[in-house]
Amino acid sequence: MPSSAPSPIFEIRGLSKTYQMGEVLVEALRGVDLDLWEGELVVLLGPSGSGKSTLLNILGGLDCPTSGQVHYRDHDLALFDDTAMTRYRREHVGFVFQFYNLIPSLTARENVALVTEIASDPMTPEASLAMVGLSARLDHFPTQLSGGEQQRVAIARAVSKRPQVLLCDEPTGALDASTGVLVLDVIARVNRELGTTTIVITHNAAIAAMADRVVHFGDGRVVSVDTNAVKKTAAELSW
Amino acid sequence: MKAIDHKLWRDLWRMKGQALAIALVVMCGIGNYIMFLSTLESLSSTQAAYYRDYRFAEVFASLKRAPESLRRRIADIPGVDRVQTRVAVQVRVDMPDFPEPVSAAVVSLPERGVPVLNGLHLRAGRLPAAGRADEVVASHSFATAHRLRPGSRFDVILNGRRQTLTLVGTALSPEFIQQMRPGSVFPDSKRYGILWMGRRSLGQAYNLHDAFNDLALSLDRGASVDDVIARVDALIRPYGGLGAYGREHQISHRFLSQELAQLATLGRLFPAMFMAVAAFLLNVVIGRQVAMQREQIATLKAFGYGNLQVLVHYLKSVAVINGIGIVGGIVLGNWLGRELAAIFTEFYHFPYLSFGVSPGVALEAILASLLAAGLGTFFAVWRAANLRPAVAMRPETPPAYRETWIERIGTKRWLSQPARMILRHIQRRALKSVLTVLGIALACGLILTGLFQRDTVGYMVYVQFGLMQREDLSVTFTDPTAYRARFDLVGLPGVRHVEPYRAVPVRFRHGHLEYRGGIRGFEPGGDIQRLLDADLRPVALPGDGILLTDFLGGMLDVRVGERIVVEVLEGNRPTREVVVAGLVNEFVGVSGYMELAALNRFLREGPTISGAYLGIADGSLPELLSRLRETPRVAGVAERRQEIRNFNRTMDESMLFFTYVATVFSVVIAFGVIYNNAQISLAESGRELASLRVLGFTRGEIAYILLGELGLLTLLAIPLGLGLGEWMCYDIARTMQSDLYRVPVVLEPQTYAFAAAVVLVSAVLSGLAVRRRLDRLDLVAVLKAAE
Repeated sequence: MPSSAPSPIFEIRGLSKTYQMGEVLVEALRGVDLDLWEGELVVLLGPSGSGKSTLLNILGGLDCPTSGQVHYRDHDLALFDDTAMTRYRREHVGFVFQFYNLIPSLTARENVALVTEIASDPMTPEASLAMVGLSARLDHFPTQLSGGEQQRVAIARAVSKRPQVLLCDEPTGALDASTGVLVLDVIARVNRELGTTTIVITHNAAIAAMADRVVHFGDGRVVSVDTNAVKKTAAELSW
Repeated sequence: MKAIDHKLWRDLWRMKGQALAIALVVMCGIGNYIMFLSTLESLSSTQAAYYRDYRFAEVFASLKRAPESLRRRIADIPGVDRVQTRVAVQVRVDMPDFPEPVSAAVVSLPERGVPVLNGLHLRAGRLPAAGRADEVVASHSFATAHRLRPGSRFDVILNGRRQTLTLVGTALSPEFIQQMRPGSVFPDSKRYGILWMGRRSLGQAYNLHDAFNDLALSLDRGASVDDVIARVDALIRPYGGLGAYGREHQISHRFLSQELAQLATLGRLFPAMFMAVAAFLLNVVIGRQVAMQREQIATLKAFGYGNLQVLVHYLKSVAVINGIGIVGGIVLGNWLGRELAAIFTEFYHFPYLSFGVSPGVALEAILASLLAAGLGTFFAVWRAANLRPAVAMRPETPPAYRETWIERIGTKRWLSQPARMILRHIQRRALKSVLTVLGIALACGLILTGLFQRDTVGYMVYVQFGLMQREDLSVTFTDPTAYRARFDLVGLPGVRHVEPYRAVPVRFRHGHLEYRGGIRGFEPGGDIQRLLDADLRPVALPGDGILLTDFLGGMLDVRVGERIVVEVLEGNRPTREVVVAGLVNEFVGVSGYMELAALNRFLREGPTISGAYLGIADGSLPELLSRLRETPRVAGVAERRQEIRNFNRTMDESMLFFTYVATVFSVVIAFGVIYNNAQISLAESGRELASLRVLGFTRGEIAYILLGELGLLTLLAIPLGLGLGEWMCYDIARTMQSDLYRVPVVLEPQTYAFAAAVVLVSAVLSGLAVRRRLDRLDLVAVLKAAE
């Protein structure tokens, strides 16, 4: 492969995750092999319980695999201890959650500043909020913002540290379609303009059309991987 | 068990730490209430029974010498029930194995039978046999301090003549429940005791054969004490009567009454504090529980549970928490009450002190705690019961935050986002924050009230005996003596300094106010005895006029420059007016002070002294004491230094108990308040904190956000608590003000530091307890659920 070609940012080999749930042993991942490339936008698609969230949690440094390897560049995430995990999340990963998880006692600007204050090379909170189109709402508290606006603040907060990876877990799950399109547009723009590797989890197949690649999950395994020859823009999506 | 009760127990089990912390606070409140009020009740009923069973007199009088025939006339006074005439004197005692000066009050017993009033409770042996001049009964504490047993022998100086006495019994008397040397501030059974001897032999020694110098009366039911006193005074005046007084002025009774009043004050103050804290904690914890269980309440109601059932369900959990506290509190109060009663029996001498927790006191305590719990939780529980299911199914409206005023005044740019979060949390729950600060402040103040007596007594002793009465020895003559006796003292070995004094009993009068006390006269410019003003600056004796203890001035409502009437109660008993030339500050007793020569003129006598204060050279004490022992005119010798050392030791021992108890109580409150708040903050912001962990915040950083709020409140509470504690100390001191002693509020810096440290350590421990849970936050779960 030519040197200018993108290198894998995540190399996943034989990844399994089992956990005890009450008295039942749940096999959430059963040997996943997958490479994720720098700068690409990947949608993980699958029904609930298919293992896509577990994979995202492991990639985000929130959970450890039971067996197998996950390499983030040169590092094996499976070997990270709690401190290393925290450092990894702090410096390399941006999270966007289904329920936004904004801090209610902080304004939009301050929610972003929360992250920029502990990051090593951040954007200004104002710049990152401008990117998501919220320059006019800097000093509003979460309760004063609509759901879509809150999710855009969450995206601004996630990308303000210039992460290598942006992980979005059902980012439009709590939004109506037209607001959801707005949010997806922002995610696509971040991916395009900052070159951030972006992984979006969804069970909404319509969203898959905006991805570079679509990974289908089922029963703890990768069922298939599709590559979109032509990506749609968010505005072209509908559901 | 019903299913809903299973839920109750499991809910309680889940919040067991918090429930226990609250139960402990309730327990301390009940324990305090029971300790103070049961001790009060036990002491009061013991006092009443003792007074009744041993016929404690109601009116007392001393006089110079009256023939026994006067007894009949006194008995004929309307309203007088029984009359006991006695001989009572102060003597020097020589204990064989104890070189230091010892003195005693000797009170006569009838030759036959038991005294009609002020009976003795024999602890060992018997009363002196009729006609046995050498037999004596000693107060039990004195005998114990010197290990005297029936058969032990020791010498007393009776009217200047040495006499060897044989102990035949030890006893207690309702007249001497508190045994203190006149003019002393602390009981010291080794250096002061009470002795009882046959009337005839004691009378003969003091030329009081068929005569008496002391009188005790009991009254008919409904008789007027003032009326009897006036008639008794009229009868004894020609015989050198010093003025009769009622029981409320009897010294032992007064000390005991004062102590009981103090118990009653503390018995209201401390339990009220604990109950208030318990009410606050229940309010916070149950309020939080109801908020967290909105959906459960909705579900219960959807299935047909009524408002009342929901109400009862939550009240039950309050009742269980309170019930644990009540049971523990009764056990604790019983134990502490016994300890406190034991301390009282050290200082007071009762034949029996049956400590018991009366059902009445326990019931009051329980009702008070239930009332507090009800007040604390009613609103939250009521709200839960009346929640409409459809409303309850929806999540609670998210809290609305604002910028705090601290940020608005321009400090915002220096505040990190976590710091802003802390401030906004505090502001949003302003009332809870204020109550939290108050609760922690109470904990802090409580310690000061437990420790201030130690500092204060140390200060009182320092001022009274380090700055004012600085003698090594004080010598009292048997009778007022010519001034030249002073030179005999100067000539004794080791005596470096002699300051003679004249002391005389008087009645002060100003308008309708009067007080029975004494005047002391010193030579001006003395170095041993000094009078001080409120700022501890020496006050010079006026050439003319009188200085009064400021408290006495207040009792007589007299200002500097005004005149008071002084009625001398000795000798030829002149009554004259004198100008109040100034007020002096004293903590122990009250008195009038005059220049010695002026007092002699006032009494229309030549240069006369009653005794002297001595400063002596180191190491000269033993020889000096043995020389003084051989001086018949010396009625008593008191050594101050040793007395103070002993006192400090006793004080340290009993204060250790109070320090320990106050510290434990304070830790319970501080821990209860801080731990519960931390738990609730964790429950309220768990999701937020987990989100921050996901965003890359470390455990330390989120602990800072959670515990920083409590840390800040604790830091605010400490200075407030120190101020509050000081105020409570002043309040307690105010109730202890009397002519016997005034308690200044003195708090040493290390006491403040200790109080602050106890609260800080409690805060840190509470923080660590919650921090453990913080470390186990489930990061994944919190992201999945909606708020």
